[in-house]
Amino acid sequence: MGAEFVQFSLTPILIGIFAAVACALPGNFLILRRQALIGDAISHVVLPGIVVAFLITGVVTTGPMLLGAAGAALVAVVLIEVVRRVGKIEPGAAMGVVFTSMFAGGVLLLEQSDTSSVHLDVEHALMGNLEQLIWLRADGWGSLLDPVALAHLPEELPRMALIAAIIGLLTMIFWRPLKLASFDEGFARAMGLPVNLIGLGLVTAAAAAAVAAFDAVGSIIVIAMFICPPAAARLMTNRLGIQVAWSLLFAVLSAILGYVLAGYGPIWIGAASSVSAAGMVAAVSGAILGLTCLFGPARGRVGVAAGG
Amino acid sequence: MATFLNALFLQAGYNAALVALGAALLGFAAGAGGSFLFLRKRALVSDAVAHATLPGVGLAFIVMVALGGDGRSLPGLLLGSAITAWLGLLGVEWMVRRTRLSEDAAIGAILSVFFGIGIVLLTIIQSMSQGRQAGLEGFLLGSTAGMLFQDAVLIAGGGAAVVAIIWLLRRPMTMVAFDPGFAAARGMNVRRVDLAMVGLVLAVTVIGLKLVGLILIVALLIIPPVTARFWSERAETVVWAAGVIGAVSGWVGAALSASAPDLPTGPIIVLISAGLFSLSLLFAPARGVLASILARRAFQARVHRRQGLLALSRSEPVHDPLTLRILRREGLMRADGVATDKGGIASTRVARDERRWSIARRLHHDTALIGRYDGLTPIDEVFTRDEIAQFDAGLPAAEGV
Repeated sequence: MGAEFVQFSLTPILIGIFAAVACALPGNFLILRRQALIGDAISHVVLPGIVVAFLITGVVTTGPMLLGAAGAALVAVVLIEVVRRVGKIEPGAAMGVVFTSMFAGGVLLLEQSDTSSVHLDVEHALMGNLEQLIWLRADGWGSLLDPVALAHLPEELPRMALIAAIIGLLTMIFWRPLKLASFDEGFARAMGLPVNLIGLGLVTAAAAAAVAAFDAVGSIIVIAMFICPPAAARLMTNRLGIQVAWSLLFAVLSAILGYVLAGYGPIWIGAASSVSAAGMVAAVSGAILGLTCLFGPARGRVGVAAGG
Repeated sequence: MATFLNALFLQAGYNAALVALGAALLGFAAGAGGSFLFLRKRALVSDAVAHATLPGVGLAFIVMVALGGDGRSLPGLLLGSAITAWLGLLGVEWMVRRTRLSEDAAIGAILSVFFGIGIVLLTIIQSMSQGRQAGLEGFLLGSTAGMLFQDAVLIAGGGAAVVAIIWLLRRPMTMVAFDPGFAAARGMNVRRVDLAMVGLVLAVTVIGLKLVGLILIVALLIIPPVTARFWSERAETVVWAAGVIGAVSGWVGAALSASAPDLPTGPIIVLISAGLFSLSLLFAPARGVLASILARRAFQARVHRRQGLLALSRSEPVHDPLTLRILRREGLMRADGVATDKGGIASTRVARDERRWSIARRLHHDTALIGRYDGLTPIDEVFTRDEIAQFDAGLPAAEGV
């Protein structure tokens, strides 16, 4: 746990934790509202967003890419709503139509444009590059107090931390309306809460988390963190506050364990190289969900005895 | 353009023709097979199935290499993908039945976790000496580049088999998709039929992995059924129409992609079907946007015509511009706002209709008939002539016409 750890593992783990937290928080409410797959849809349309941003600006830099991704997410949400209402189609199918078409458009644009010279490909958008977000200027734990070294932190770290903090803050501020609108939309509407606005705000927050996270950690972690930790937490308790706390714990656990297992696990069993950290984080979150499905105290439906 | 037409009519060489035929059959199987899940409102289950194929591809490669093989044999890889996709399906089903999580959460969980495991396996394969040129990433987005004859035969044969099974099982699957409660009451094993539906989707996914890839096969399973739904209210028509739409997308998409470089087959096929979807959304009769706008305007015109005529019959001035326009266009009203002869007759008739209705609503107590009063329907469409005569008897003599 010396200088090497701080250099190569500390920042990826921290970024992974912040990304996981930023996604898991809105995920809790999305799952209660049966909109769990909106995260899936958003992370698919990120690709056309960044390709269009690249085609317009001609450079692969973070700012335009994030803007493009956010724009694509917004377009997708609006299109899903249009297809659902105008075509009178159930939400799942409407989502399926929109995100697959936009993704196909993204792949086509990518193939058509000359992106061979720049680092922009489908695999990158899917898997991210968590392992490469290292902190080369660090030479030990002391660097955490060294302003020169701190200035060379990977820029993803403060960005992801900021997004996680904003989403955490928003969740606290809008806790009561969110809770009411998620559990009983009719009642919330009757109380005069702007239910549609709350739903839109939630989806926007989810989109912001997904867009900020995909660049650092890839779409797989984003989808997994939207769903697995909150779903596992839902099987632990009946109280929303405790559920959110569990989901944060599971998210952090998945991020740390996943990274460590991916980076050091193969070496422990004698293999030469590490495996994809993004994939491993998703796998660990799945294992946690599997365990809660088997043993979670609140896993049954209401009225069915636990274990039934 | 010429190359596109050549490809469209299978004249652009052996390989392109093979791909076009395979894509058309796959499109038909995907469209028809996906409709049952769509009608059952479980369209996104196919998303979980598709993503759950990835670890199977990786595992199959590793096993085949460990057994001393080359690892790239398509049937072996597809067998592996079918096994993990089946496990994924069972996982979704198990979570929904055994826990209180809803199906969408289960789908999302299985999808992301299996895909994550698949990516981990891919990175392991990349570190193996045989894994460098495995090309397994091709299964993400599909690639027709290195397609062999036996691969195309596998796709075409598999697609045909799926279509045959759909034909055999169409009755029970349509019934369960349409009304599971009724099917269960008829003594049908709904769970088994449901498994058959997802089993077909799984087969389509596995067959389509090579051609369009696991991310885009979902589109072929969802978009054609949704498109077909715009054109018909009959479940079985939707199934076959979705098949045809899928086949057309596959065929045209494959031809288009063969006619120019940098046009990857999978995305092109998906975009063609998305184009057909947009056209249907806009122009389909009854359910399309244009049709509903026209229907709305026709309804609006009827309301304004009726209200305008009622106003004329009471000799009230009409102010609403739309009402004025409609009355003048039909020659019911002169430019100065006075009723023409024709308008006078029509307005008297409408006023009489309205009075008859008001008496009918007092005398009659059959709400099924009375309930059809909407201020538009002429009374002689609802009641018989002698019933109307009865209402007329109740009209005050002075106002009777």
